[in-house]
Amino acid sequence: MPKQSPSPNWQDMALGTAITEPGSAKYQRTGDWRSSGPVWDLDKCIKCGVCAVFCPEGCITMRADGYPEADMEYCKGCAICVCECWAACIAMVEEKE
Amino acid sequence: MEKLNVFASRLLPTEDFVCSGHRACQGCAEVLAMRMVHKELGRNTIAASATGCMEIITSPYPESAWRIPWIHVAFENPASVISGVEAGYKALMRKGRYPKRRINFVGYGGDGATADIGLQFVSGAMERGHDMIYVCYDNEAYMNTGIQRSSATPFGASTTTSPAGKVSIGQQTWKKNVPEIMAAHNIPYVATASPSYPFDLHRKVRKAADVEGPAYLHIYSACPTGWRMRPELAVQIGRLAVETGVFPLYEVEDGKYTITEPVSEFRALRDYLKPQGRFRHLTDDVIDDIEARLRAEYRLLEAKVRMTHEEEV
Amino acid sequence: MAERKGMEVSIAIAEAASVCDVDCIAAYPITPQTHVVEHLSEIVADGDLDAEFIPVESEHAAMSCCCGCAAAGARTFTATASQGLALMHEILFIAANLRLPMVMVVANRSLSGPISIWNDHSDVMTERDVGWVQVFAENGQEAVDLVIMGHRMSEDKRILLPLMVNFDGFILSHMVEPIEMPTREEVKKFLPDFEPQQRLDIDNPITMGPVGMPVVYTEAKMAAEWAVRDAYEPMVEIMGEFEKEFGRKYKPVETYRTDDAEILLIMMGGISETAMTWVDKVRDEGVKVGLVRFRMWRPLPVDDFKKAIAGAKVLGVLDRHFSPGGPGGPMAQEIKYMLYGQDHAPKIVETVVGLGGRDVNFTDFDQIFDRCKTVLGGAPVPPFELIQVRGGHYGKA
Repeated sequence: MPKQSPSPNWQDMALGTAITEPGSAKYQRTGDWRSSGPVWDLDKCIKCGVCAVFCPEGCITMRADGYPEADMEYCKGCAICVCECWAACIAMVEEKE
Repeated sequence: MEKLNVFASRLLPTEDFVCSGHRACQGCAEVLAMRMVHKELGRNTIAASATGCMEIITSPYPESAWRIPWIHVAFENPASVISGVEAGYKALMRKGRYPKRRINFVGYGGDGATADIGLQFVSGAMERGHDMIYVCYDNEAYMNTGIQRSSATPFGASTTTSPAGKVSIGQQTWKKNVPEIMAAHNIPYVATASPSYPFDLHRKVRKAADVEGPAYLHIYSACPTGWRMRPELAVQIGRLAVETGVFPLYEVEDGKYTITEPVSEFRALRDYLKPQGRFRHLTDDVIDDIEARLRAEYRLLEAKVRMTHEEEV
Repeated sequence: MAERKGMEVSIAIAEAASVCDVDCIAAYPITPQTHVVEHLSEIVADGDLDAEFIPVESEHAAMSCCCGCAAAGARTFTATASQGLALMHEILFIAANLRLPMVMVVANRSLSGPISIWNDHSDVMTERDVGWVQVFAENGQEAVDLVIMGHRMSEDKRILLPLMVNFDGFILSHMVEPIEMPTREEVKKFLPDFEPQQRLDIDNPITMGPVGMPVVYTEAKMAAEWAVRDAYEPMVEIMGEFEKEFGRKYKPVETYRTDDAEILLIMMGGISETAMTWVDKVRDEGVKVGLVRFRMWRPLPVDDFKKAIAGAKVLGVLDRHFSPGGPGGPMAQEIKYMLYGQDHAPKIVETVVGLGGRDVNFTDFDQIFDRCKTVLGGAPVPPFELIQVRGGHYGKA
């Protein structure tokens, strides 16, 4: 589970209010924003990787076996992947609480 | 070129320097463009950001989406800031106080930070010849503050400060042509790009990084929130922008113009305007006027291509 | 020890930046700062200083550029005045919050309008809240020494703040004075190469200048407060080291013939040169008067000031700026802050003089002194007064 950095006392803030941990936005689970999310039909997937290229979140990676995989911790449900998929193998599915 | 091979997308670099967990809106093509730029530039890059969407969505303390060194000073000045960083490292490397290394220096801002409040700063940095890249992520209004018009807002678009009303069609001025202003600085490289054309974009970022001296990239960045458009269309709309002649993709290398995604037969402008709420109020005659002007601008661009390549003969 | 040579103070300041071996200079020309950056660009053009001279298109860009240079870990210098400083205003706060060491020389000049290129302190006094270390020079030698000490202070790991050296436009910037200029080798012993605490480093990427949500902004401001406050001790220590190295003694607050003085004139900057001569004159007439001058202005040297004025009955404060419709001059207000509620606090007579290049001469000091004398004699403290104004401040001719 990603951890949230605590709000520091002023004495504990980095010099110049700098953020010293690169990529610490990973602690933000932006997947919480989503009401529906993409579901792949891998039987139809042609492994082209277009979904990964156009995902604004950068949460789709190509697995070793060539198929895409989305990290739903971050997917905001924009559906660009659905719209761009060459094989039309992605569907948006509403997610219940 | 974009359509040659669907599998070519697997050849693009994948290491991300703007990580997941950034707080951009659903379907933000601006952050998509920015991530592409930094995938191409790679690890040895220092970025200076303007105040704006791409600043606030990546840096609310104490969490940063950045995996490269990044600085934000103010709204109007990323070009100046990064020119200072470039000069600083140049001096330190020359004086032997920092190892000689190839570093990409990138300043970026939105269209407000570039075309309006920061125009002087971008012009100054380009004119001084720093070895840097300036990127304008153009979403055609002040989106971060709530969709107010900028000088890069297209004619007819309804924004919160150029609202369409009973006696107004919305934005009443034509989009300021910043790439042309930058080309007039006679810098080695100017290009327009769009994340909807990732290969073209990656190639242009590479060129911008490889030239000695200043380079300017003007990147079309669809904003579903500000354009009142369905988020899943953010990439598609970028293709429509090119296919309708709204946002031609071209580059200017040492003064020579090349259209990198030529359009032989334009799609109807309505196809581009229709999905966007900001243009919903436009009447047919206004659309026809806009289309006529876009065609004229494209012809001018083609003329520049011919003229600048004639010299070679 | 170097010999003293007559040189224009602006030229000397440029030479001082050069012996500090600065790496980057980003500056935009503005009267009366121009001679500083002109000479620096000459030094760079002649190859006598290996630095990047960045001829920016505005002061706002100059300060923005300096932020970039300092964030790269380069020793950074700039100079400005008046409207230029005002144009930098926005970025001054940010440079301080980012904790970027740099030295900026300000040739103090009045702010428009009406436009005036001449000297007063309205430019710097409107920048008191920016979070910079701020010092004032009285003469050319002091300006030179403050530039050298300034880099050392600014880069000290306990300070790490931008530092502003103020010197009066024209009345100091364009004077030819005898200056002892240390060599680069001598300075290097006192001021080693800048090793930044943190920088924009591709091997250790950090995010500088992030968004301060309400949950952290207050803490960031507290950090800024203590950054400037805590600069005091190391600054005093560095002044001591400078004395050891170069033989010239500096302290946060300067006094002149204050022993047994009942009336003290309080000021900063170049007019104290004239004031000292005036003090000598009236002392010769048997009047117990002295002079106190702020060298350090941020952090405000409260204890040094209280010590400097101990025993005085009336303080005649000479401000070179005031807030229209407000409480008068800034220095007087801050002195009131330092003394309010204190037992046996001296009475404070506020005078504003020398605006927009109007000379401050013996007649003015006599008039200020007369205002103080009536208070010393038991008269009520008068409201602040802009003397030298035709028509009178309160309608009195």
